[in-house]
Amino acid sequence: MVDSKQQWKAWLYLAPAIVLLLIFTVWPIINTVVLAFTEKYSTLANTGGTSFRIGFGNFTDVVGYSGFLDALKITMILCVATVPISTILALLIAVALNAIKPLRKALQTIFFLPYVTNSIAIGMVFNAMFNMIGKIGIRRPKIQSFGIINDIIRFFGGTEINWINTGSDEWANILVLIIYIVWNALPFKILVLLGGLQSINKQYYDAAKVDAAPRWKVLTRITVPLLSPMIAYVVITGFIGGFKEYTSIVGIFGETMGPPHDAGRLNTIVGMIYDSLENNLVGRASAAALILFGIILIVTLINLQVSKKRVHY
Amino acid sequence: MSRSAYDTIRDSMDKKEQNKQKFSAGYRAAHFFGQAGIYLFLIVMALIVLFPFYWMIISSLKSLPEYKETIPTFWPRQIIWQNYANAFTTANLGVLFKNTLIVGVVSTLLSVFITIITAFAFARLEFKGKETLFAALLATMMIPGELFTITNYSTVISFGWLNTYTVLIVPFLVSVFYIYLLRQNFLQIPNELYLAAKVDGTSDWKYLWKVMVPLALPTLISITILKMMGAWNSYIWPRLVANKEEYQLITNGLRNAFKEAGTGDVDYPLQMAAVTLVSIPLFLVFVFLRKYIMAGVSRSGIKG
Repeated sequence: MVDSKQQWKAWLYLAPAIVLLLIFTVWPIINTVVLAFTEKYSTLANTGGTSFRIGFGNFTDVVGYSGFLDALKITMILCVATVPISTILALLIAVALNAIKPLRKALQTIFFLPYVTNSIAIGMVFNAMFNMIGKIGIRRPKIQSFGIINDIIRFFGGTEINWINTGSDEWANILVLIIYIVWNALPFKILVLLGGLQSINKQYYDAAKVDAAPRWKVLTRITVPLLSPMIAYVVITGFIGGFKEYTSIVGIFGETMGPPHDAGRLNTIVGMIYDSLENNLVGRASAAALILFGIILIVTLINLQVSKKRVHY
Repeated sequence: MSRSAYDTIRDSMDKKEQNKQKFSAGYRAAHFFGQAGIYLFLIVMALIVLFPFYWMIISSLKSLPEYKETIPTFWPRQIIWQNYANAFTTANLGVLFKNTLIVGVVSTLLSVFITIITAFAFARLEFKGKETLFAALLATMMIPGELFTITNYSTVISFGWLNTYTVLIVPFLVSVFYIYLLRQNFLQIPNELYLAAKVDGTSDWKYLWKVMVPLALPTLISITILKMMGAWNSYIWPRLVANKEEYQLITNGLRNAFKEAGTGDVDYPLQMAAVTLVSIPLFLVFVFLRKYIMAGVSRSGIKG
């Protein structure tokens, strides 16, 4: 009796969460998989009583769609460039922070600041920094100001680059995105790595000191191996975040996902999913979402496999 | 001991002492320069990290002609506070702030409540299939959110929820990650406390709110702040389901108010003033509650 009363009460506590999860988590998983395999589905025809063929049509649609390969390319480039750069920079900063005493707290706070930001809002700041001001077009450009980044480049003797305006080069756009994403990704990585560093046993460093090991050796032979679980963690979360990149591009380039003369050039997989959804192509959106899930799963598994060999626990 | 032998020993000891001093002086010099290099590196990096914030703030205070000057000024010649007032009206920030605040506060309160009772059930109550259910919950964390959004979009349409506060609040009330975090925290509270309360005839409900919640307060504060920040920063879902101005949230309104991008004819000082206004609440929260934010974030890896 008491036992069944306990059971009943437990389910009462769980009820709100279970109901919401069934509607907004479990049902979407089932429905999205079904939609992904239902060819040429549309809500309108469905209420009209039409039945649909089941098959891989949506998947071949997505893969065959010209925008998909471009989106995949952009997503991959951003991942492959930003994850190593931000991880190495974060590691160096974390190690440096761990080696000092005065000012550590203040510097740590500064390095965490980019995390506490609205990625769209700060994207607009990066847009302002890289933007040129004036009437800019391919014909008869009349530039008033080259923007602060170009001013800095000129100060060091370089020539101005058209970063994001009409007529800009795709690689210039991507470079701006890489800088922004790395800037944005640093805080979390520094936080995790610094936390890991502080839990490393001091004895290893004392032993290195006795042997008068140079700093570089200490970093590569002691710190990195002992920190490898944390490094694996930030690399995996970095890749997952990288494959879901979207808002940083909206922040800098707006919802056109590209410079004015070539909208959609910088679209990512997530951007493609939302495009399909807004154009009522639910099947294609579902298939693309499943493909994204598959990619993330594969990348995570590869990462785990690699870290199994390299990570020291 | 003969005198000469004694001298020899003392000499050799002196030499050793001298060597040691020389070594440590050299070591200290190397250490000093190493330390100076570390500080130099950190300060340069810190300046790079801070630069966008600095540029945002000084640009927001410049006049448009000054902003457009070919040679930039690093401090506004004349501080134009009017930009902020103009930005507030141009981007309709009043409505956006109000909406975001309503959605943020209500969804945070409800979400924290649901997280508490669910985590309590998983940590303390006994029921059939507890472990399986919890494992299933954790498994959903691997699935990217975009996969849910597609179906949730048509679900909320069929509920007739488009352009309401409900649609911005309800679908994301349950966060598996926060439940997980709080359950771990609840499990650390010794079971003896629970049994003692049982003996005293305290109900589960009372025990949860009088004992467990106060003990898990730091985690709950972290969850609250992260959830609020999530509401403040959410962009994709609100853009899909609440495009009417009355229900727009801050991020969408901000991006839409200054849509033009790339041709270079934007009133940047105004835009930067709006961006600063949106960023300030986040900075204030960060300044006062840094400890909780960093504790929560280091365990999550998910922004917002």
